[in-house]
Amino acid sequence: MSVKLDSKIPPGPIDKKWTDHKGHIRIVNPANKRRIDVIVVGTGLAGGAAAASLAEQGYSVKAFCFQDSARRAHSIAAQGGINAAKNYMNDGDSTYRLFYDTVKGGDYRAREANVYRLAEVSANIIDQCVAQGVPFARDYGGLLDNRSFGGVQVSRTFYARGQTGQQLLLGAYSALMRQVGKGSVQMFDRHEMLDVVIVDGKARGIIARNLITGEIERHGAHAVLLCTGGYGNVFFLSTNAMGSNVTAAWKAHKRGAYFGNPCYTQIHPTCIPVSGTHQSKLTLMSESLRNDGRIWVPAKLEDAKAIREGKKKGSDIAEADRDYYLERRYPAFGNLVPRDVASRAAKERCDAGFGVNKTGEAVYLDFSAAIERYGKLEANVKKLENVTKEKITELGRAVVSEKYGNLFDMYENIVGENPYDHAMKIYPAVHYTMGGLWVDYNLQTTVPGLFALGEANFSDHGANRLGASALMQGLADGYFVIPYTVGDYLADDIRTGPIDTKRPEFDAAEKEQKDRINHFLNNKGTKPVDDFHRRLGKVMWDKCGMARNAEGLKEAITEIRQIREEFYRDVRVPGSGNAFNQELEKAGRVADFLELGELMCVDALNRNESCGGHFREEYQEMDGPQKGEAKRDDDNYAYVAAWEWTGDAGKANLHKEALTFEEVKLTQRSYK
Amino acid sequence: MGNMKLTLKVWRQNGPNDNGKIVDYPVNDVSEDMSFLEMLDVLNDDLVRKGDDPIAFDHDCREGICGMCSLFINGEAHGPGRGITTCQLHMRKFKDGDTIYVEPWRSAAFPVIKDLATNRGAFDRIQAAGGFVSVNTSGNLVDGNAVPIPKDDADKAFDAATCIGCGACVATCPNGSAMLFTAAKVSQLSLLPQGHPEAKRRALAMVEQMDKEGFGNCSNTGACEIECPKGISLEHIARLNREYLVATVTKE
Repeated sequence: MSVKLDSKIPPGPIDKKWTDHKGHIRIVNPANKRRIDVIVVGTGLAGGAAAASLAEQGYSVKAFCFQDSARRAHSIAAQGGINAAKNYMNDGDSTYRLFYDTVKGGDYRAREANVYRLAEVSANIIDQCVAQGVPFARDYGGLLDNRSFGGVQVSRTFYARGQTGQQLLLGAYSALMRQVGKGSVQMFDRHEMLDVVIVDGKARGIIARNLITGEIERHGAHAVLLCTGGYGNVFFLSTNAMGSNVTAAWKAHKRGAYFGNPCYTQIHPTCIPVSGTHQSKLTLMSESLRNDGRIWVPAKLEDAKAIREGKKKGSDIAEADRDYYLERRYPAFGNLVPRDVASRAAKERCDAGFGVNKTGEAVYLDFSAAIERYGKLEANVKKLENVTKEKITELGRAVVSEKYGNLFDMYENIVGENPYDHAMKIYPAVHYTMGGLWVDYNLQTTVPGLFALGEANFSDHGANRLGASALMQGLADGYFVIPYTVGDYLADDIRTGPIDTKRPEFDAAEKEQKDRINHFLNNKGTKPVDDFHRRLGKVMWDKCGMARNAEGLKEAITEIRQIREEFYRDVRVPGSGNAFNQELEKAGRVADFLELGELMCVDALNRNESCGGHFREEYQEMDGPQKGEAKRDDDNYAYVAAWEWTGDAGKANLHKEALTFEEVKLTQRSYK
Repeated sequence: MGNMKLTLKVWRQNGPNDNGKIVDYPVNDVSEDMSFLEMLDVLNDDLVRKGDDPIAFDHDCREGICGMCSLFINGEAHGPGRGITTCQLHMRKFKDGDTIYVEPWRSAAFPVIKDLATNRGAFDRIQAAGGFVSVNTSGNLVDGNAVPIPKDDADKAFDAATCIGCGACVATCPNGSAMLFTAAKVSQLSLLPQGHPEAKRRALAMVEQMDKEGFGNCSNTGACEIECPKGISLEHIARLNREYLVATVTKE
């Protein structure tokens, strides 16, 4: 059985689709909006922006987050910046170019119409945030400053030092709190959504657990928006926050929402390497550092070995004996190749024995050239004569510190080494998931009334996301897309009246969740939840990580099923369900990761090609100038894999949404 | 694993109405590369295996930006070290054999939920009282560059805006004052032209809410500035005081 997936892409030329669509879809009049309830789960950029905007329009909104405050959603940790096609730099940027870069960056696995809309509203996002008082970086003329990010050849990234996500989220949070103050949004923090409730085929509410009291609550609504982020924590170690989880999206999947491209995972090239078995998470060093940092490993194996054994330092290696492998392999983009390309290149060098820390899994990110260059510029600006080398270094460090100071401090805290004196050591780590719930052009999942926004959906980044595009998508979906498209759906609900949460559908969903909680609490197991999570993460990283192959994926599926079986039999969850219980929270999340992980492997096994973050070792260029690069198969795999739950993660039904490219010509993605 | 042996003295409190007490826990095999929270993870792992109740503590991003972690370590908010949160504190700051006290934020306005986790909802309510610019979502606003903002003002506004709302200032203040938190938001928005139209109303409303929540008064001890993980300056309190004074005097 295969239901045809209707992406509902509006007709007409690509640059008119969104305007025409907005002009023709139904809207709800202000008096009726007050009678309509909308649930927003998650308060990051997508959720915070959506909840605030919908409340401003007059809808009655309930917002949920598992953190103790809406301000702490993980968007807060985004560092580098947000893209917008403003062309302030006069360097040839345009809506079309941002659209093109994003489709190409995603390795031609995204839906053109969605990406064009994203590029189209990008400029509005900057204006909106400035109006909210977001303190973006400015130049001496008082105008907004820009920098470059990977995979593009223009400067279109707006930023607020290395804390852009924080500033944008606090902007959205302030808009949200304004509505909370007015009573237009009811805020439920320290609440975790455990299930979505379907009535007559439509999403009509959620089951949530109050994390302080443990109470299981029912909340009804006419539409449910999932803005719950990505699922990178399936790998245990990732740059995600500890609480980031897939539970809301996974429960929606089990209630009928198809899961799109689960295997597309972004491994970010510049993270602080793993230091030991105690490691609980990995810390990102912003991609913006690649504007000024040069990535290298020793060119000679004996030098790399000496460094690993502590007999040499990076600074002992002469310039001629360094291999700036990104500049060597990709002269056109150099250190600013997209993330998937940079990560694989680092893995390739380390696998070949050139890694530079004890574990052999690290490369250098070196700022010495930038410090010297900036130092000389500053000396010129300050009209200094006969400057010493030391003075240049001092001046250069001050410039680098102004640009990236907080990142350098973070690095020093974690590693215990000063990155101004010693080149940073970095290695790729799981960062973002391009896959997510399948949505149509209106951001609606395959369940009517259930929408997915931001990282939780699959829609805009194809098989690889470009830097500074996640913030753009979260805010675009929340501020400028859903406020229009949800109205088209809700126009049918103006006479529905409040949703009755005493209906049997709510009874059944609540019972299911209570039973599951009781299973964990009454289980006579011996091992803590993290034990299973760590094992799952290792299988995922080794066999469904930066490089995958059919044999490994088949093994992974078997292993995950074993871990899952053991988890239900042997997990120990102490304490009670009617209280604050962090182990119980983790158990529920890991249970869902243990199913999702299998689906990711199934999806990766199905996709017999390499594209973006999905690199299948069997499908790479074997010779010629592109040797070792990913080999796509557009004839057979230019589709979105949307998986339908059938009761077993390993037996999901595959539905295909064919991707048609009318604007962008499919070519091999080359950054050489 | 590592080679440090430590004794932790941890505050255990089973809910807001429980009296609470300090409980001793020996921790072995601590590596200097661990973060403080990873050291607590190791302890909790051990407690769960033994069938004991693990220690509840708040944390999320573990990179110093979400503001969720909140431990009072050896009498200091976020422990020894400046400009860091608890999750950024690493065990290399401690020595083999050390005894470490771990307590929650203590403030009447931050009731304990369990053990080391507290309820900081008061901060959200202060924010909801006026910590925003009243601008609706609109695709038709003026261009972001229509109003140039002097770089110095933008930079200062940013310095105030880096507040992560963790509550270290309150926990550190002998009066339990939330002035640094409140001032950071008022100051950020008063430094930017977008915040000017509502400046008076904002200062009055946020201070009023702060008082209502039961935070103490500011007596300029300056302790908050020292313990603030983001280095928010006392200057912002001075700016809030000016804003508040002007608003009070010119109020109709």
